[in-house]
Amino acid sequence: MSIKVNKLTKYYGKQTAVNSISFDIPSGEVVGFLGPNGAGKSTTMKMLTGYIPPSSGTGSICGIDIVENSIDVRKIVGYLPENNPLYLDMYVTEYLTFMAGISEVKNIKIAVERAIETTQLQRERHKKIGQLSKGYRQRVGLAQALIHDPKVLILDEPTSGLDPIQVVEIRNVIKSLGADKTVLLSTHIMQEVEAMCDRVIIINKGNLAMDQSMKSLKKENSNLEQIFRKATNHVDTV
Amino acid sequence: MWTLYKKEIRSFLGSLIAYIVMGVYLLLTGLFLWFVDGNNLFDLGVASLQVMFDISPFILIFLVSAITMRSISEEKRLGTLEIITTKPLTDRSIILSKFFASVSLIILTLLPTLFYVYAIYNLAQPVGNIDLGSTAGSYLGLILLAACYASIGLFSSAITDNQIVALITSMVISFFFYSVLSMLGDIDWLDQIGKSLSWFGLEYHFDSISRGVIDTRDVVFFLGFSSIFLGFTQLVFESRKW
Repeated sequence: MSIKVNKLTKYYGKQTAVNSISFDIPSGEVVGFLGPNGAGKSTTMKMLTGYIPPSSGTGSICGIDIVENSIDVRKIVGYLPENNPLYLDMYVTEYLTFMAGISEVKNIKIAVERAIETTQLQRERHKKIGQLSKGYRQRVGLAQALIHDPKVLILDEPTSGLDPIQVVEIRNVIKSLGADKTVLLSTHIMQEVEAMCDRVIIINKGNLAMDQSMKSLKKENSNLEQIFRKATNHVDTV
Repeated sequence: MWTLYKKEIRSFLGSLIAYIVMGVYLLLTGLFLWFVDGNNLFDLGVASLQVMFDISPFILIFLVSAITMRSISEEKRLGTLEIITTKPLTDRSIILSKFFASVSLIILTLLPTLFYVYAIYNLAQPVGNIDLGSTAGSYLGLILLAACYASIGLFSSAITDNQIVALITSMVISFFFYSVLSMLGDIDWLDQIGKSLSWFGLEYHFDSISRGVIDTRDVVFFLGFSSIFLGFTQLVFESRKW
């Protein structure tokens, strides 16, 4: 299993942000992590990447515990946080070189070239990040997550705020990555999931509401939007 | 850690702040040392940099706070802190690289003033009649003092995501530990208590080291003081995990 989560729970004060969720993701799968705003998607991702520790429960990535060996986990995980934070006064290549350096990449030059190529940033590489359009900034964010050739990619709303053309471009990049990496990406756009993912996990108010493969969903011939409504309402009434 | 240190230095040198800090420091010390009436070198008639060492601690309160104010607060505001804290780096190494980068910048700011030492050395009668021991001690004192200010500055920068709040907090805390505590020693009715409290002030130890006798107790005090504030910074850093 690439990502294994067991009864992961997070409390913020008295509020339960994530309530005992469990799932396993085998390597090489692209998984859509769905849920309404405030469902606990970002919190789960922050726990998996070692930014905050879980209140209880365990999680592991490629067999490495996310709390016990947080530093080792970070070496094999690429993370794109929500809103794609960047140092706007750095140049693209400078930023990626810096990220490669702190990610303990052995051959920095090759890693930077590879990331630039994968995200098609060749033409923008000598620009300041602050000068780039939102779509290109998103690519820089993705390149940063990819720089150390991680086995697992965790992307928090990678396409939010992009125009339709940019969305398609970013999707294609992610799809091509899914060939040899495990990808967990959050979104609340249904078409996104249909276009990219092998599997869907829906959470609502911190609870796991659904976990199913796209194949079996397609077999049932059901509309994902309806499933999403059903899944989230279903928990509402419980 | 080395990568992070280099990035901090580069971002200092790429921003205006570094040059403003250097310029302001050299301008103020230069003015007071050579030109301002009443207290300048020629009025005093003594070949010493004492005037510069007297005012530097106060100028540095402002300048070091200005250097450190954005180092953590800005990363918090932009959200980049989430990126670097999810890279294989410990919180401590992030804080230490920012700390050493700030101290390096101060050392870089102090370097040009060595020209003053050279000038005064040659102006003295007879040539070379200046207390080099005390001068060296004062430089070491200034660097250690700046390290203390930098640790206070980083702490202030960690508790907020607003640069201005960080700047003001850092200046107030630095002023308290440099000046206010040593003033307590001068209040008559506080007597021994005041004297003891003034020992905890930075000025007491700076004055002591400036005399040119490098007492390990003073050095240990400065290093311990910085470590304590860096420890507080780390606590604030880790508070996200609580």
